[in-house]
Amino acid sequence: MPPDQLSPATITPYPDGPYLVRGDFAVTDQEGNQLPVERRTIALCRCGKSRMRPFCDGTHKLIGFKAPSGQEPWPGA
Amino acid sequence: MAGRLIELPPPRGPLSEQLFEALEGPPHTRLACPGLIEPGDPLADDDLQLALYVAYELHYSSIAGVDEGWEWSPSLLSFRGALERPFEEALAELVQPAEATELESVGAALQAIVAEDPGPPLSRYMETQGTKEQMLEHVVHRSAYQLKEADPHSWAIPRLGAAPKAALLEVQFDEYGGGNAERMHSALFAKTMARLGLDPTYGRYLDRWPGITLATVNLITNFGLHRRRRGALVGHLAGFEMTSSIPNRRYGNALRRLGYGREVTHFYDEHVEADAVHENIAAWDLAGGLAAEEPEVAADILFGARALLQVEAHWARHLMGAWERGETSLRSPLVPVAA
Repeated sequence: MPPDQLSPATITPYPDGPYLVRGDFAVTDQEGNQLPVERRTIALCRCGKSRMRPFCDGTHKLIGFKAPSGQEPWPGA
Repeated sequence: MAGRLIELPPPRGPLSEQLFEALEGPPHTRLACPGLIEPGDPLADDDLQLALYVAYELHYSSIAGVDEGWEWSPSLLSFRGALERPFEEALAELVQPAEATELESVGAALQAIVAEDPGPPLSRYMETQGTKEQMLEHVVHRSAYQLKEADPHSWAIPRLGAAPKAALLEVQFDEYGGGNAERMHSALFAKTMARLGLDPTYGRYLDRWPGITLATVNLITNFGLHRRRRGALVGHLAGFEMTSSIPNRRYGNALRRLGYGREVTHFYDEHVEADAVHENIAAWDLAGGLAAEEPEVAADILFGARALLQVEAHWARHLMGAWERGETSLRSPLVPVAA
């Protein structure tokens, strides 16, 4: 269940899609400058092909990106 | 902004004529049920879709000269039911039934359904070749829904259990601007219209919307007003969000190519980012959550998504077909054709 804004941040990978981030979080570059975030829940790119990284723009659907929501099994496991 | 108030447009045939005539009188007037309605293509039938649109609009808006008591008048509801029947039958014919394997994971099934969008490449066309006139027409068509964006899906709120309801509200809160009226998506669209020189008044272009454009809105309203279609309503929202971010980036690119700035493209740019969030919540937490709570509506969730894609495809074919013939896609052109 998504936490409210005062709860600690959670990061949830969605099936074949981005990471959704909820709760109390900030997105910064490596110098610590905050990136503008204008909504309670954001989607971070997981496929690497977004044209507005680090945020998701839906491109994963065009490239057939596949990944489960949970942790992937170790190769050969 | 004042409350919504639309004007009755001129009727487009016997159904809208009969309805509009009755609406000018008091609500208790006996509104005789129309006989068998058999239009060639119910989805694009101007008369049927306009009559249905106005019957539905009583739930969204005031109508000049029409008593608001009509909204729940039994004779109006029975007349509306007669209009809904051919519309619903046409949808059922167009939409393939869900397969048993799809119901095992509604989220995954929705992903597969939107990946096979049956429509023509309208957004790609607009991005690369669409003219300014075509873009303006596109915006006028879309204003039929965008000026009340999110409203019909809110009818699902009281009908869902806690988990899917919370997911729906997570999406809707963002649609409504996160509590900021100016950032509400319908308000962003109105701003885009105004900057394009179009009139953002709710219902202003009703007379120009062809039957198939009215059908895109009647579809959501039909799902929204009938509790039994809560699955379809949720599937419609999921399908809508899942087919939004990429086309909206292309529409934004089309406007940039035509020389417009950020104040015009903001609505589209916002939807790229917002719907990249919403589509995941809608497919997995909302639709998947509803299917887990009420497995008996799972098939209707997929119906709602497929119906959306089919009606949108029909609409997109109408636009591109009219433009290929060098005609307006509206019922009358926005700008006089140069002699």
